[in-house]
Amino acid sequence: MAATAQPNVKNVWLGGVEPMKASYGKLMMWFFLVSDTFTFSALLVSYGLVRFSFPAYAGKVADFVSSPAYWPIPEKVFDAMPFMHGVHAPLVFVGIMTFILIFSSVTMVLAVEAGHRMDRAAVEKYMLWTILGGATFLGCQAWEWTHFIHGTDNGTVIKELVDGSWISKTIFGANLTENQYGPAAFADFFFFITGFHGTHVFSGVVLNYLVFYRTSTGLYERRGSYEMVEKVGLYWHFVDLVWVFVFTFFYLV
Amino acid sequence: MAHVHEHNENDGAEQRKAIWRTFWILLILTAVEFLIAFTLHAGVLKTAIFVGMTIVKAFYIVGEFMHLKHEVKSLIWATLLPCIFVVWLLIALITEGGSIFDLR
Repeated sequence: MAATAQPNVKNVWLGGVEPMKASYGKLMMWFFLVSDTFTFSALLVSYGLVRFSFPAYAGKVADFVSSPAYWPIPEKVFDAMPFMHGVHAPLVFVGIMTFILIFSSVTMVLAVEAGHRMDRAAVEKYMLWTILGGATFLGCQAWEWTHFIHGTDNGTVIKELVDGSWISKTIFGANLTENQYGPAAFADFFFFITGFHGTHVFSGVVLNYLVFYRTSTGLYERRGSYEMVEKVGLYWHFVDLVWVFVFTFFYLV
Repeated sequence: MAHVHEHNENDGAEQRKAIWRTFWILLILTAVEFLIAFTLHAGVLKTAIFVGMTIVKAFYIVGEFMHLKHEVKSLIWATLLPCIFVVWLLIALITEGGSIFDLR
């Protein structure tokens, strides 16, 4: 009764109808994503605060040398490529990672579209591509972290005050207390922001796999609805969305 | 359910076209961002362009991929309005960061 009366109801908020025309599960996914937006925003905004509290590098980009005294230029930090040791390729690898994630978002939305048509084979195909994209992204991130932690061949010489006297030492790579690229906070934010995002990608891949599994066992076909693909799809696009922001605010600006 | 009223004709071909169109837009925007990263000098203009392009990309991802553009108004606003707090936090803390820089 309520469902058929929907278009004529004057106040949809009085009950009996879905005022947002979305199922409970989809709504809850949306509200979860809003709260997750706050978490990611908190990380990115505090990155902004700390970055603005440090001096920016003032000289020419070409003459840039890493120092804990000022904030590094991202393109000078993230310039390595797998299998291309010593080649200066600024932001190329992270560009490839961005492309992989955007593409996996496309295959995800194609899976959702196939679900609308109840095309089980197509849902399976596109879910597999999405899982592959997510796993590749995670692999790239693992490589990037490894390189970031181990550092470059020459490292950076820094001066440190130890027991009242200044000593020089060379730092290679990064950990949470010191790094060769810039202030300690730079590496800390790198680990926390890309790490938190990577955790989301990982759980997204797990969820995508679950949906793929249940699609291939025919559960959604028997259920008569592929809405689970849509819900997990929302999560996956959100992960892509967050990366767009991380890419801009961590790697570009 | 959502799929009943929007996928009646042409077997979703229209939707697939829109998906690929969105993909190309996102790809081209990212490529242009890449180009700007190496051609423009760092400054307010560059940052503003990047922020602007990021918001456009976010609009396409949320609007098309997450389908929010085609949802009812109350859902759109329930999702977007809370983000005003994020904008406020951003302005407040960037300013705060600036004063920390001045003080140390």
